[in-house]
Parts: sequence; structure tokens; C-alpha cells
Amino acid sequence: MTTMQPLAQDQRASSRPIALVNARLIDPFSGLDQMGGVLIVDGSIADLGPHITEGSVGDVDIGDCAGCVLAPGLIDMLVSAGEPGHEHRETLATASRAAAAGGVTTIICGPNTDPVIDDVALVDFILRRARDTALVNVHPMAAMTKGLLGEEMSEIGLLHDAGAIAFANGKSSVANARVMRNVLAYAKDFGALIVHHLEDASLSKDAVMNEGEVATRLGLRGVTTAAETIVLERDIRLVELTGGRYHASQISCRESLDVIREAKVQGLPVTCGVSINHLTLNENDIGPYRTFFKMNPPLRTEDDRRAMIEGVASGDIDVIVSAHDPRGAEGKRRPFAEAADGVVGLETLLAAALRLYHNGEVELHQLLQAMTANPARLLGLASGQLTKGAPADLMVIDLTVPWSVEPEQLRSKSKNTPFDGARFEGRTLLTLVAGRLVYNYADQPTP
Amino acid sequence: MLAESEPIQWPLMSLAIKASRASFPHRHLLGIEGLSAAEIVTLLDLAEDAAKLGRQIDKKRDDLRGRTLINLFFEASTRTQSSFELAGKRLGADVMNMSIPSSSVQKGETLIDTAVTLNSMRPDLLVVRHHSAGAVELLSQKVDCSVINAGDGSHEHPTQALLDALTIRRRKGRIEGLIVAICGDILHSRVARSNILLLNTLGARVRVIAPSTLLAAGIERLGVEVFTSMWEGLVDADIVMMLRLQKERMTSSLIPSQREYFHFFGLDYDKLARAKPDALVMHPGPMNRGVEIDSNVADDQRSVIREQVEMGVAVRIAVLQALAHHLPNR
Repeated sequence: MTTMQPLAQDQRASSRPIALVNARLIDPFSGLDQMGGVLIVDGSIADLGPHITEGSVGDVDIGDCAGCVLAPGLIDMLVSAGEPGHEHRETLATASRAAAAGGVTTIICGPNTDPVIDDVALVDFILRRARDTALVNVHPMAAMTKGLLGEEMSEIGLLHDAGAIAFANGKSSVANARVMRNVLAYAKDFGALIVHHLEDASLSKDAVMNEGEVATRLGLRGVTTAAETIVLERDIRLVELTGGRYHASQISCRESLDVIREAKVQGLPVTCGVSINHLTLNENDIGPYRTFFKMNPPLRTEDDRRAMIEGVASGDIDVIVSAHDPRGAEGKRRPFAEAADGVVGLETLLAAALRLYHNGEVELHQLLQAMTANPARLLGLASGQLTKGAPADLMVIDLTVPWSVEPEQLRSKSKNTPFDGARFEGRTLLTLVAGRLVYNYADQPTP
Repeated sequence: MLAESEPIQWPLMSLAIKASRASFPHRHLLGIEGLSAAEIVTLLDLAEDAAKLGRQIDKKRDDLRGRTLINLFFEASTRTQSSFELAGKRLGADVMNMSIPSSSVQKGETLIDTAVTLNSMRPDLLVVRHHSAGAVELLSQKVDCSVINAGDGSHEHPTQALLDALTIRRRKGRIEGLIVAICGDILHSRVARSNILLLNTLGARVRVIAPSTLLAAGIERLGVEVFTSMWEGLVDADIVMMLRLQKERMTSSLIPSQREYFHFFGLDYDKLARAKPDALVMHPGPMNRGVEIDSNVADDQRSVIREQVEMGVAVRIAVLQALAHHLPNR
């Protein structure tokens, strides 16, 4: 593994300028890829380029990156942080530590908490809790319908003004097309982004995994991919009608990718995401009823996984998310059909994504763009770029260092990772949020 | 009608049998999946002996003397539970029946807790039925004793498939090459899955016949021919295996009505005439007369439904004997 000079402990809270030098600067947005350094002043990128070297920057704190990649920190658009309501699984503090260790500098939390984030006071609560306890940036999405029930529109304007970065409906689709139409049309007046889960509940009733041979062999109820694509197609017709900005939270099958491509050709304001799980795993991984591979949307076929990779490589899939969803043993140590959906992923997002790069499936800039510049653009964030004036939300990563996942070492409160024992190449060495060091691999206790 | 008293010899099979007789290398019986043809034949041969035992005056053996067998049923059962109880008792085990209705179960959490609790009582064999696929396997990971799957959700019911195979073999002398048509609610049936696996392993030609709404996705990948018409699917069948249709399938719009189902998929003499003249009619029970099977057909001399029940006891004795070799403290 590449050795590097860590920043000293007392520099974490320092307001002194910092220079990260001797780095391979990668900006997925502009295509920049060159050796150089970044000068950080007052939490922002003051300057960057080959001229930033240890000798050139004068009296500042220096971090020598020893030739490692320095890139914008990741923005994860789909995280369940457990707070409020499920603090035994995760809190904003623990989720943010996991994020920092994974190079994630901004997390977007879903509204499916208890209580549901459908009220201005709860948006405020999340923002204040994050300010007081979280190491990374946290932005809440608010519910697009009251109580996530899909019946009455929430106070989209007030929630937007209070700091809701987008609007979602948790892990359910709004089944009522009239409500969905109105939400899209109304949100458009505020420039608000609608992030929708795709699942026709009548088709997915009782289903616990993907429909097909594997489900049949296991005797488990499967859900057809049409349950996803039907909702997506309907939504796109409504986007056409209303002009609202629409983001499919996660697609998981080839048919959905085709629908997205068509909508983009039409020039509609439609984007989509995919979870890292659907890029790196398939339904066969469930094997003998492994509940750590149970999620929603379910893992699909290998052909669908290939399609998801093609979608990221071609840019038709805009965003890669961790779909981080902490679950305790009480939810997972059950018969498969009764077990909870969801897996953790903040800490393994980058390393798992790098598999696609190492396999030659997705070019590095394209891969990182789906976790930096693209979500930043969709959400209107200034981060996600290596550019002068941008917030110094940065990660330094070693692209090739091998490591394997040990669940007990994960910082998330819940250890339900599908990557138990997985071997990865590449990991985060440093993470900075607004110029403040929030993770340093060199400081971690050696296992 | 064929004689029931003496088993027919099947020279082709007997080669594989003798060599593997003592070797059933599994601690649990969780499913047919993973069993080799030789292992299945081993169990069938043991069951053949057990069937003779069952027709003697003295039916008692002492293979499991001092052992404890617990029947743990999270789902109601009459014949499976009672035949395991009888099998355990004939082999000399202490048998305890625990029926835990699903209404009182706090789902899987209690499953593992129940397993750990029972394990502390140091049973030697656990026979488990559960409404959730994979639950029996999960439970087997938490206990020290041998576990037998007596049906897990829509997944497997291995002893049913074994008793069906034994019944077929006794009547037909072989399984290889026979055309077996499995008819009815394939989608929800663990009996169908275990039978497909077992019959394919022993070289039968398996067909499934059901309306498209009751066929499981990708079922053809399990190595079966798929039919949606009884008149076509039953042509030249040696074995007609009917499945029970749960009443709730009607209300979940999988099929329109009982009478329509019977018209197209109920086994009556008209449809049975498409099969071979000496075809056997089977049903795992309990039957819905007039829904999936005509009452007269069920009682016809071609019906081996009662013999299936008898072989059920024999097969369960065989399974207990096979697993007894792997019990701890031995």
C-alpha cells in the first residue's frame, strides 16, 4: 500500500490553510486528471493544479498524498440514517462516521423515518442534529405525500424552504396517478426534485425476491420486473404532462434502463439512480436464503446487472447510491420471507464501485461522476467538483490497495453488509469535509 | 390391480443400492436438492424393509431406543405429523409433539428462540414444519441435533416425495423412464418441487400441468415439460399426481371459480382416459373431492392414495434410521 504523510491530529479543527500536495487530481466533472495539489482556505478550494506543491504554498499545513488520487468526496443520494425513530440501528452520528470512512462527504437521508419527515419541524430537526453530531454534510429529503401514504400532497413549498433537498415517498410508490401528477406539477413551481421509488404494490404483494428460476427453486414469492417498469413508464408520461423534475431513485432491470433511455432521447427532465448492490451482486448471491442479500428492489438476474453497468458506462444511469439501510439482527435473523429488506453500504460504496473500474467496465471519471458531479447537479449542491471556490469536500484514495470487509470493523451501528468477507481493491485514505479532516486511515487502529 | 403384498424386484436399481446402503452421509434431511440418486435409492430400500415391518404383528425396533424425537409443527398437519410420530415410536424413540399455531408465533424471532430453547432439552431429532421457505434450514443451523424438513413454505417436502417415489416403485417396479404428470397448484406446492427434483434425479420424465397463473416462473428450467391443458399433458402418462388446491386461490384471482377449475383441471374419468390404461392416480392429501379430483376417481382401483399414506410411515422410519447413524454421542 502507498504510504502517505497524514495530517497531524490538531489540524482537524484548524482554520489554517491546508495544502494537499503530490496528488493525482481527478475531477470527474471537467475531466481533469493530472498530478498536483489543492490549496484549502476557509473550508473551500482556493486553488488547485500542478503549481500547488510543498515548496510553493508557503506557511500552511501540508498533507502529502504520495501520488494517490485526490477527488471530490462522494455524494450519496439514498441513505437511511435511522434517526429519528430507529436509533438502535443507526444515528446520524454513526452513519456519518461510516460515510467519512467510505469517502462520502454528503449524505441525503430519506423521509421514511419515524415520525415521517413530512413537517417543517422535522426537516429542521435533522439539520440541527446533523450540525451537532454528524461528521459529514447531511441533507434530508422530505415526504412528497403526508405520512408517505400517497394520498395527500405534503407542504412541498414550506419543506423546500426549510431545507428539504428533494422529495421522496420512502420505499413506496405513489399509486394514485392523480396525486403523482399534482406532486410533479406543484413541485415544479419550486424547482424541487421528485425522487421516486418504483414498485407497483399490487404486483409486488407478498414478493420477497426477484421472480424467476431462483425464486422458484427456493420456493419464495418473486416480483416481476414489470412492477418497477410499469410505475416508471407511468411517471414518465406524467413528467411529459407536467414538466416536473423527476429522478427514479433506483432502477434495477434492463427494461427500466430502456425506458429511461427513451425518455432522455425525448429530452424529458428524467434521471435515474442505481444502487451499488445492483451493480455488483445478483439474485444467485441469495444462495441458501441469505437475508443479507434481501433488499428492495430485489437483486435481479446477471443480465440485469450487466445492463445496469452498461447504463452507468453510457451515462444513461446518472447516479450510484449506496442504498444504505441499517438493520439489526432482530430484522435479519429470520426466515427469508419474514426478514427485513435492506443492507448497509456507506463504507463499502467506493470500494465496491471500484470493482467496475478494475474490471474495465466503467471508466474512472464516469464512475466517480455518478457519485459526485451528477448528484450535485441534480440536487443543486456546490460540492462534487474539484474547482476553485467549491467546498473542500474531498477524498484521497488509494485505487489499488487490497482489503477485505470485516463486518465488525464497520462503523455503522448495524453490520448487515452483503460484502461480508468480500475482497476489494482500493480504499479511502483521507476524507475532508469543508476542509476539515473527518477520516484518516492512518489513524485507525490496526485490526 | 397389482398385488400389494410383495415388493417387485427392480434389478437395474439394485446395483447401485447395495454399495451405498450404509452410506447416507447427511446429518439433516432438509430437502431432496443435494441428494444423489444413490442416496435416494438407499432411503427407498430402507423404506421397503420398513414397509414389511409395518405389516408384521410386532412392528417394534430399537434403532432409536433412548432417543428423543420432537415434532415441531408451526403449521397444522394430520398425516405427516402422525406418521412421524408413529415412525419414531416404532423405532423406540420418545416422541414429543409440539404444535405451534402461526397466530401465536412472533415470526422468525421466535423461531430461533424456540430452536435454542428446544435444543437445550437435548433432543436427538427434530421434525419441523414451517410456513416459511428456508425456515427449517435456518433452524438447523441453530441446533445440535438432526433436523428433518416436514415441509417449509413453498420450498420442499422431501419425505412426501420419497413416499411418492416408493409407492410408484412398488407398483411400477421402476421410476426411470416413467412419464409423471404433476397437476394443479405448482406455484405454491412444496410437494411439486420435491417431486420434480427427486423424479428427475431418478430419470423419470416429469410434466407439470396447471393454468398459467398457478405455474411458477422459470419452472421449465427445473427440467420439466410444461402444459396448460390436462387433455394434452396427460397423454400417455404413467403416473397422474394431483395437488391440493387451497381455497384462497379463488379469492386472490389466480383462478375464477371452483367449477371452472374442476372443468379444466379436475381429474375425472374423461381426462384420466388420456393417460395410460394402467396409470396410477396419486394425491398427497388432504383431498378436495370435486375440486381437483372427482370422488369416484379418488376411490378407483387405479388410485394409490391410501397406499401413499402407508408408505408415508415406512419412508419416515427409513429417514429416521438413516439419520440415526449420524446422531451425536454415538
